[in-house]
Amino acid sequence: MRIRSNAIVMTIYLLFLLVPIYWLVNMSLKTNTEITSSFTLWPQNLTFRNYMVILTDPSWYMGYVNSLIYVVLNTVISITVALPAAYAFSRYSFMGDKHLFFWLLTNRMAPPAVFALPFFQLYSAMNLIDTHIAVALAHCLFNVPLAVWILEGFMRGVPKEIDETAYIDGYSFPTFFVKIFMPLIASGIGVAAFFCFMFSWVELLLSRTLTTTFAKPIAATMTRTVSASGMDWGVLAAAGVLTIVPGALVIYFVRNYIAKGFALGRV
Amino acid sequence: MSRITLSNLAHSYLPNPASEADFALKEMDHVWEDGGAYALLGASGCGKTTLLNIISGLLRPSQGRVLFGDRDVTDAPTTERNIAQVFQFPVVYDTMTVRDNLAFPLRNRGMDAAYIARRVDQIARMIGMEDMLTRKARGLTADAKQKISLGRGMVREDVNAILFDEPLTVIDPHMKWELRTQLKSLHREFGHTMIYVTHDQTEALTFADKVVVMHDGRVVQMGTPEDLFETPAHTFVGYFIGSPGMNLLDAEISGSEASVQGAKIALGATYGPMTGRTQIGIRPDYVTISDEGLPVKVKRVEDVGRHRIVRAEFQGQPLNAILPEGMSVPAEARAGFPPAKINVYANDWRVAPAGG
Amino acid sequence: MEKTQNNKAWLLVLPVLVLVAFSAVLPLMTVVNYAFNDTFGNNQFFWTGIEWFDDMIHSERLRAALGRQVMFSLIILAIEVPLGIFIALNMPKKGFWASLCLVLMALPLLIPFNVVGTIWQIFGRVDIGLLGRALQGMGIDYNYTNDPLDAWITVIVMDVWHWTSLVALLAYAGLQSIPQAYYQAARIDQATRWSVFRYIELPKMKGVLLIAILLRFMDSFMIYTEPFVVTGGGPGNSTTFLSIDLAKMATGQFDLGPAAAFSIMYFLVILLISWVFYTVMTNLDREEAR
Repeated sequence: MRIRSNAIVMTIYLLFLLVPIYWLVNMSLKTNTEITSSFTLWPQNLTFRNYMVILTDPSWYMGYVNSLIYVVLNTVISITVALPAAYAFSRYSFMGDKHLFFWLLTNRMAPPAVFALPFFQLYSAMNLIDTHIAVALAHCLFNVPLAVWILEGFMRGVPKEIDETAYIDGYSFPTFFVKIFMPLIASGIGVAAFFCFMFSWVELLLSRTLTTTFAKPIAATMTRTVSASGMDWGVLAAAGVLTIVPGALVIYFVRNYIAKGFALGRV
Repeated sequence: MSRITLSNLAHSYLPNPASEADFALKEMDHVWEDGGAYALLGASGCGKTTLLNIISGLLRPSQGRVLFGDRDVTDAPTTERNIAQVFQFPVVYDTMTVRDNLAFPLRNRGMDAAYIARRVDQIARMIGMEDMLTRKARGLTADAKQKISLGRGMVREDVNAILFDEPLTVIDPHMKWELRTQLKSLHREFGHTMIYVTHDQTEALTFADKVVVMHDGRVVQMGTPEDLFETPAHTFVGYFIGSPGMNLLDAEISGSEASVQGAKIALGATYGPMTGRTQIGIRPDYVTISDEGLPVKVKRVEDVGRHRIVRAEFQGQPLNAILPEGMSVPAEARAGFPPAKINVYANDWRVAPAGG
Repeated sequence: MEKTQNNKAWLLVLPVLVLVAFSAVLPLMTVVNYAFNDTFGNNQFFWTGIEWFDDMIHSERLRAALGRQVMFSLIILAIEVPLGIFIALNMPKKGFWASLCLVLMALPLLIPFNVVGTIWQIFGRVDIGLLGRALQGMGIDYNYTNDPLDAWITVIVMDVWHWTSLVALLAYAGLQSIPQAYYQAARIDQATRWSVFRYIELPKMKGVLLIAILLRFMDSFMIYTEPFVVTGGGPGNSTTFLSIDLAKMATGQFDLGPAAAFSIMYFLVILLISWVFYTVMTNLDREEAR
C-alpha cells in the first residue's frame, strides 16, 4: 500500500512540473491562428514552422551560440580558478582564511540587480561591452564562490595521507594535483561544472545588461520578441522549448550524480 | 519466548532464481531451541546476515516458513515478532540522550514510566554508562555508541530472541572480552534465546552452547564446540575451526584402511564403498611427530608460544602437526595418525562408519 | 581534518581573489561612490553624505517593497521546504524510476529564468493558457493581470514549481546517506513512522536542509526576472519586489544615487542574514565532527 501512495504523490508532483512545459511544447507546434482562435489540448495542425523560423534566422540561432559560448567560457574560468583555491581552503589554515571564505560566499548572495549598473559602467570603461568574455566574467561573481564551495566539500573527503604519500613519492605539486588529485575528485569537478553551467545558463539580468547585439544571449533575444508587436506566440514558445534542450541534455549526462551533486559533497 | 523453527527455508535476492547458485540461502530445516545461546559462524558472504534478517523479519524468505513456537510468522512484520537485534555498526539516535536511546524501545511499546526508568538504569549499569545517561548520543565514540546499541537490544525483557550481527566489530579488544562475558551472564540470568553472528571462531566458541557453521548459503553443522572439533560434518568446518585447521588428505578408502598415495593408514572403523573425492581428515592436535609411524618431510617449525606448529609434507600433500612443549623434531621425522581421531569425507561431507 | 598552518596557501587563493575582486569589489566601489554623491553627468560628483540613505530609509516605496519581499520569501520557504521534504520521502530509492524522477525534477532548475516566466505567463493567461482557461472553466474568476491576489498566487506557484525540486533533491541526497541498518533498527524498536522521521531522517537531513533554506532564502530575496516577466511588478505595485524596484529606479528612472544607497542597504541585509546562517551552519559542522 505504501508503495502505491508514494507513486501517487510522485505522479502528481511530476505532472505539476511537466504540464506547464507540455503546454509550451504544445504551443510551439501550433500555428498562431490555432493558438489564438481555438483552444486545443494538442496541435490539430502539426507544424514545425516556428522551429524553422528560429533555425534559419541568424538573429535567432546566434543567440544560442552566444549563450553557449559565454556559459562554457564561464564554466572553464570558474573551475580553473576555483580548483587551487578550494584545495587551499580544504588543506591549509592561513591568515584570514575563514573571513575570506565567508566573503567569497557573500558574493554568491549578492543580488545581480545591485551589480547590473556598475558592471555596465565598468565594462563600458574597458570596452568589453557586448563581448562573450564580459558576460563570462560577470557570471564569475556568483559561480566562482559556488565552485569553490562545492569543490572544497569534495576535497575535504579525500584523505590528506594521499597528498603526503604523493609528495614522498617525489611528485611536484602541479603534477600531483593534475595527475592524482583531480581524478580523485572528478565527480566533484563534474558537479561544480554542472552548477556553473546551470546558473550561468539561467541568468538573464546581467547577460542582457552587458550585451547589445553580438553577444546577445538567446534568453534576451526572446524578451525582445515578446514585446514586439503582433506577438508571435508560436515562435516564442519554440524558442522557449529550445532553451530547455541544452539543460535537459546536461541533466541526462549527469543523472547518476544528481543526488550526490545537489548535496554539494556535504552529506 | 519460544522455539524458532525454520522449515524448508531458502532465500534468493533474485526475483526468479534459476539454479542453486542463485540462492543466498540454500534450502534448510533447523530448530533453534528456546533459551539457547547460539553462535552463527562463517566467512563473510556465506549468508549469515541473510538468515538473521529472515528470523527478525527484515527480510521475507523466498520459500519456506519461519515458526515461533507453533505460530507461523513468515509473513508477520518485525514489530509483531518481538525480537531484538544489534547490528554490526552502531545505530544510535543522534539527537536523543543516551537515556532516551535506551528507553526508546520500551516507550514505543507504551511501558510504564517507572518501569522504564528502573530498567534503563539497570541496563546502563550493565554496559557501564550510568554516568553518561544525560549526554547526547551524538559525538560519543564508536565504542560507546555500540554499547548503546547493545543496551537497546537488551532493554526489553519479553523478547522472543536477541540477535547479534557481529556486534563487537568496532569495540576495543579488551572491552570485547568484557562485553561478551556480560552477554553470557545475561543469557544465564534471563534465559533469552540469543543468536550471535560472527566470523571469529574464538568469539563463537566462547559465547555459544551450540555453534552453527554456515558455508556458501548452507548450514553445514550445528553442534557443540566439541562436536565441531572432534567430528566436523563438512571439510569446511574442519578447515575453518581450529588453528591451524584440520589436515585433509586425498585418500582411497577401502574397509578400515585408507591409502594416501600408497601409504596405508588404519582407520578406527569400517566404511562402505563411496564415490567422488574421498579424503581423510585429522586435527593437527592429534598428529604425532616422532621417530615412529610414516615418514614425512618437515618444511619448517613455527613457534607460537605455548606450542610449536610443524609444517610438513606427507606423500606430496601438506600436513600440519602440533608439537607439545618439550618435544623436539627428530631428524628422520615420522608421523603417527591415531585411528580414533580420523574422519572420512566424501565430496566434502563426513561419512559415518558402516554399521557403527 | 587537521589543517596545516601555511600562509603560502594565499598563493593558491590569489586567482580567485583577483577575479572576484575585479567582478565584485570594483563594481561595489562604484555603487558606494554613487551612494554618497550626487551627479549631474560629466563625472562631476557632489558629496551628499548619508542623504540618499536617509531618503531611502524613510521611503514608503522601499518599505512597501521590503515588506512584500519578506512576505514572499517567507511564504515560498513555508511551502517549498516542507513540500520538498515530503517529495524526497516519497521518491523511489533506486532503479530506473529513481533516475527518471531525478531527471524530470531537475528539469525546471535548468530553464532560463525568463523562460520560466514566459512559461507561466502563457500557462496562466485566460485566453491561451491551460491554467487560466481551466480555472475560468471551473467558474473561478482568475486573472493575474488585474487581480493582485491572483498575481501573487501565480508568482508563488511559479516559484514553487521552479524551485521545490532543489529542496527535494537536497533532502533526497541527505536521505540517501542514511544506512539501511537505521531503518531496520527502528523497525525492531517498533518506532512509528513519525519517530523514524523525527529521530533518523530529519537529523540526517539537517545539514543539507540548511543549505537548501539558505539558497532558497537568498535567491528568493533577489528574485527579479521571473515575476518581472509574468506580472511586470503589477498589477499596480503589488508584485514589485526589491530587485524589481531597484532595477526600475536605476535603469528606468536613472535615480542613481538613491538606487545605489538602496543597493548597499539591500546587500547589507542579505549579508547579515547570510552571516547568521553561515555561523549556524559552521557550528553545526563542528558539532557533528566532535
